[in-house]
Amino acid sequence: MANIEVQNLNKCFGDNVALSEVDLSIPDGSFVVLLGPTGAGKTTLLRLIAGLDHPDSGRVVIDGVDCTQRTPAERNVAMVFQQYSLYPHMSVKENLAFPLKSRMLSVTESEINRKIDAISQTLRIHHKLSNKATELSGGEMQRVAIGRALVRNPNIYLMDEPLSSLDAKLRSELRIELTRIQKDIGGTFLYVTHDQIEAMTMATHIGVLEKGKLIQFGTPREVYDHPSSVSVAARLGQPRINIVDATIFPGSPRAAKFIGFRPEQLELGAEGLQTLIKRVERLGDQTRLHLSLGEISIVTVTDPHTELKAGETLSIKPKAPFFFDSEGMRI
Amino acid sequence: MAEIEIKNLRKEFGEFVAVQDSTFKVEDGEFFMLLGPSGCGKTTTLRMMAGLELPTSGQILIDGEDVSFKRARERDIAFVFQMYALYPHLNVRQNLEYPLKSQGFSKALINEKIAEVAAILRIEQLLNSPVGRLSGGDRQRVALGRAIVRDPCAFFMDEPLGALDAEFREEMAEELRALHDRMRATTIYVTHDQLEAMQMGDKIVVMNHGVIEQFGVPQDIYDWPATKFVADFIGSPAMNFLSLGHYKLCPGDSVVAFNDHQIKIPNNLEDFDGHLDMGVRPEHITLSRESEGIPATVLASEYLGTTQIVSVQVDRSVLKARVSATDDYMIGSPINLVFDARNISLFDHSSGKALRSDANQEVLAGG
Repeated sequence: MANIEVQNLNKCFGDNVALSEVDLSIPDGSFVVLLGPTGAGKTTLLRLIAGLDHPDSGRVVIDGVDCTQRTPAERNVAMVFQQYSLYPHMSVKENLAFPLKSRMLSVTESEINRKIDAISQTLRIHHKLSNKATELSGGEMQRVAIGRALVRNPNIYLMDEPLSSLDAKLRSELRIELTRIQKDIGGTFLYVTHDQIEAMTMATHIGVLEKGKLIQFGTPREVYDHPSSVSVAARLGQPRINIVDATIFPGSPRAAKFIGFRPEQLELGAEGLQTLIKRVERLGDQTRLHLSLGEISIVTVTDPHTELKAGETLSIKPKAPFFFDSEGMRI
Repeated sequence: MAEIEIKNLRKEFGEFVAVQDSTFKVEDGEFFMLLGPSGCGKTTTLRMMAGLELPTSGQILIDGEDVSFKRARERDIAFVFQMYALYPHLNVRQNLEYPLKSQGFSKALINEKIAEVAAILRIEQLLNSPVGRLSGGDRQRVALGRAIVRDPCAFFMDEPLGALDAEFREEMAEELRALHDRMRATTIYVTHDQLEAMQMGDKIVVMNHGVIEQFGVPQDIYDWPATKFVADFIGSPAMNFLSLGHYKLCPGDSVVAFNDHQIKIPNNLEDFDGHLDMGVRPEHITLSRESEGIPATVLASEYLGTTQIVSVQVDRSVLKARVSATDDYMIGSPINLVFDARNISLFDHSSGKALRSDANQEVLAGG
């Protein structure tokens, strides 16, 4: 396992700036999730670290060694993609053994068997070892693909949306499993997703990317509780944070252009501004209230069995809100 | 607008019974959800209501009139499918005009209707664009628009948001519901997504294997599931189950035992003798470091911002608790579980049916 340092990385594809001045430090044994919308540069960054693409400028340093010009094999990284790329004519066991059979590694047969045994137990595919890869369900195939990365002992595991093609139930199971595996083996993970739940639940650190820039890096709690900008604040949390003009609520600092408060960051029924309840949405474990304040829509959450009804008024007051300047940066 | 009643509806495809014996009523102006996993019979039910499929037996009444064997076009219903089904060589306006032209409306009336629908859907600026150049959301809006211009008595939608990605789906779901709030047209909506059903529906029918498991308003179904299937299908994470083994219960019992621990339950109303399961929602479990409660071990915690989901092991079961994100739970550490006595369901393990109690009897009697 290793520390990875990305220094001032830049990458363009034609006129399109894919990455711009990205600095990122991935500590040994951490689970770093890169979060961002489509086109933010997440996959490009992953591919530059893997060595599948080369940067226009900047460096990729693995354990103090500049690897920017090295091939993927020389960097000793393991990758898992969204599409489980297994060898269809091979059995599960042969698929898992494949990365170990490289001549460069010279792993003994008994060592290979021991590793496959351990990994297939962890991933709960032990009973399928002799099946053909094509005889597996989607979830099983993805676990084999993950297993094929895990049998190796690389500097870093790179994963590009590995769960996005699975159904919701399996995804939530594998989220827990992946977190557990990462802790067990103490590996360094760099994981790309656009799913905020995956980022929040699995990461030791989240890197939020937008338009090729790394706009915040920190623990999930830091990023959620202390977003550095409007766009980071809007990326985490469901329902999404309310962002309105700072002048709407009294007491905003003078430099503030916007005020942001998550649905749960509102005092209801206290002294504050009068809103109209447009819709009461009962989700079972919580009830969402869709409010209107003049032309502005605001969402809040409240007790599941609230007596409040559409058409009634409700006064609201932000508690410990965030303030942002005209650039959208946190004050 | 319309009130739709389904009575003892059944559909067989050869040996296969797609819908067994469905009875429910859709009130005028309701946003009504048919919810269930794939193959449960929800789409077949909708297709029979629309007249695209004839029932094997049973009745479909629209505003009191028996339409069971009437053709689709005699039912005055508009259908919106998952795939947008637009004419790719026509522009937005021409796509919207199409159903009206075929009904022989005047040019002036058509223009008036299209202007109205475009305003409702906020696609005025797109009227002259070819549909091929539209985003997924705009295509869905046009598909809806084509249903709305006909001014039908009801809208039928089969997973209309299924093809959209998660973030955008949420947005469209809100938009669709807001549209319904403006128009108040009776809408029947098929989905396999429980959150979508909870979020948008006035009422929900939950189906499984061709059988209606429960019928009612979303919060009642969430709070007091009629069966284990419903308890498991609705809610994320789902309701937790704890097997209590073989058990005898009498009316008036208000405590059950798990190992040596007493668990308070809502006052039971049934005589029961059999394998009993207890069900509790994640937010009704408290994690305690005091000596009270049922001993468990922390397996995992998933941070979600304001709350976290903590997985714990009790005997051979894994339960999930939704608790505040401010506390830390070390993996592998012991913790005690306390259940909220007001919110516990009991299920007959073999039939999956909920036992009636003071707390759920009203809901169960209703659906």
